[in-house]
Amino acid sequence: MKKPITKIKTYARRKTEGLTDETINRKNSFQKFLIDVADVFMFVATVFKNTFARGFEFKEFTKQCFQIGNKSLGLISVTGLIIGLVLTIQARPVLVDFGAVTMLPGMVTISIIREMGPVITALICAGKIGSSMGAEIGSMRVTEQIDAMEVSSANPIKFLIVPRILAATLMLPLLVLYADALGILGGWLAANIKGDVSFILFITQAFGDVEFGDLFPAIIKTFFFGLVIGMVGCYKGFNAGRGTESVGIAANSAVVMSSLLVIIVDLIAVQITDII
Amino acid sequence: MIEAATNTENVIEIKDLRIGFGDMQVLDGLTMELRKGENLVVLGKSGTGKSVLIKCIVRLLKADSGMINIMGDEVNSMKYEELEDVRRKIGFLFQSGALYDSMTVRQNLEFPLKRMKEKISDEEIQTKIKEALENVGLPDAIDKMPSELSGGMRKRISLARTIIVDPAIMLYDEPTTGLDPVTSHEISLLINDIQKKYKTSSIIITHDIECARTVANRLIMLQEGKVYKEGKLDEFENTDDALVNSYFQSNNSRNPKEL
Ligand SMILES: Nc1ncnc2c1ncn2[C@@H]1O[C@H](COP(=O)(O)OP(=O)(O)OP(=O)(O)O)[C@@H](O)[C@H]1O
Ligand SMILES: [Mg+2]
Repeated sequence: MKKPITKIKTYARRKTEGLTDETINRKNSFQKFLIDVADVFMFVATVFKNTFARGFEFKEFTKQCFQIGNKSLGLISVTGLIIGLVLTIQARPVLVDFGAVTMLPGMVTISIIREMGPVITALICAGKIGSSMGAEIGSMRVTEQIDAMEVSSANPIKFLIVPRILAATLMLPLLVLYADALGILGGWLAANIKGDVSFILFITQAFGDVEFGDLFPAIIKTFFFGLVIGMVGCYKGFNAGRGTESVGIAANSAVVMSSLLVIIVDLIAVQITDII
Repeated sequence: MIEAATNTENVIEIKDLRIGFGDMQVLDGLTMELRKGENLVVLGKSGTGKSVLIKCIVRLLKADSGMINIMGDEVNSMKYEELEDVRRKIGFLFQSGALYDSMTVRQNLEFPLKRMKEKISDEEIQTKIKEALENVGLPDAIDKMPSELSGGMRKRISLARTIIVDPAIMLYDEPTTGLDPVTSHEISLLINDIQKKYKTSSIIITHDIECARTVANRLIMLQEGKVYKEGKLDEFENTDDALVNSYFQSNNSRNPKEL
């Protein structure tokens, strides 16, 4: 299939490497995934160039920020709270056996801040934001709205893609912090089921054990989670094929790929913080 | 039918254009030109590559080989960054309308205006929007969403969005398809109005013979990736060619000249 001109970079690369669509179809799914990832980065290079071009679409950016927050807030509240509850309820008996119940708040808080909060929030957003970006931009591609922007010499990457990716990158850390807070609240509620801990005491104990080294890398990696989700959602939508079924495919593959990449980025982040 | 344009200067010249998708060769050495000020109707079976042709002109698709010259610029080999200036001269009416679903009619019309290189003031933008909507006969639709409009209204709004930037060249992809005869005729008259008012040169793709009769100064018919026949309306209507006749004969009784 011929790619529209905005896709020419990835297409050209495929052609120079002899990777036509037919040869790609013959590759196994892991190789296909790698080709896809490489294409995403090519796409991002184009997006990056456009980020600093004249005329930033500020209105569209704030609108996207609001939508991302608005769409996922409810879901994230519920899961955040429940994660905190579950972690505490499960960890408590073990700590009681070792006579270390006072470590409970710190342990729960650290695991929420370092891992559970970021990863679970990112996976939820991959589902929620990734799919809606894939579907929204995909349907604009299919109904020729992106082509219409392009011929009216308005750059669709600048108007549609850059604000969405930036919004996802900025909003994900905020959503994670929010999920962390609710997770800790959930931890306190669970601690109160068995014992009787005042909120102040719980918080003091919790943050007594948290170090800068726990918080900082965790926040940094959430920016990358957001970036990955925005990138993949937009890429899949922007490169949707022809015909309405492509919209579903774009949404679906955006979720699959961004979830997988979130986990991979998490793995890389753990390795890096481990070395430091 | 309106007066044929007398000026023979070409605004678009296409030579030996080829483009294919996979194994399928869609355009196979197509050569044609669009003269200044004329309405050129393009006929051809579904799937002969009419839409592909005009997409190549604005380079939404890159032709595999051939030359497309638009008012002195070679489009097919041009750098992507330089395309903007050429595209500014061209208005493109999509077959599907391609209105921006998430924006109101007003925002749809503002969109191209606000993103032009030359900045224009807000009042000027609003005046232009009102004028464009009046030209297409829908001044009341200004704050509606595209989903609230009927098919014919959507066509008109996208027409308004296209003419609002005063293009020198208009490309219409099936402007009347799917509309009732009355609305179709109104759109055809609108195309003629635009030609007169904005002095545009236009390519009109259509299957609608009535529309072709109303707007055409000249016609071409595509077949198997090439220009099969080129000429004036009466050359298309009075011919022995079976293929051409299959378009015109069935409708001949409705030829306005004979009524
Ligand atoms: N981007 C694309 N990728 C692959 N194939 C395409 C693409 N665009 C068009 N085609 C194919 O090219 C052929 C010509 O399509 P085109 O849309 O130009 O037909 P058309 O003459 O406009 O027909 P209609 O009158 O039905 O609109 C079709 O077979 C279509 O499937
Ligand atoms: Mg078509």
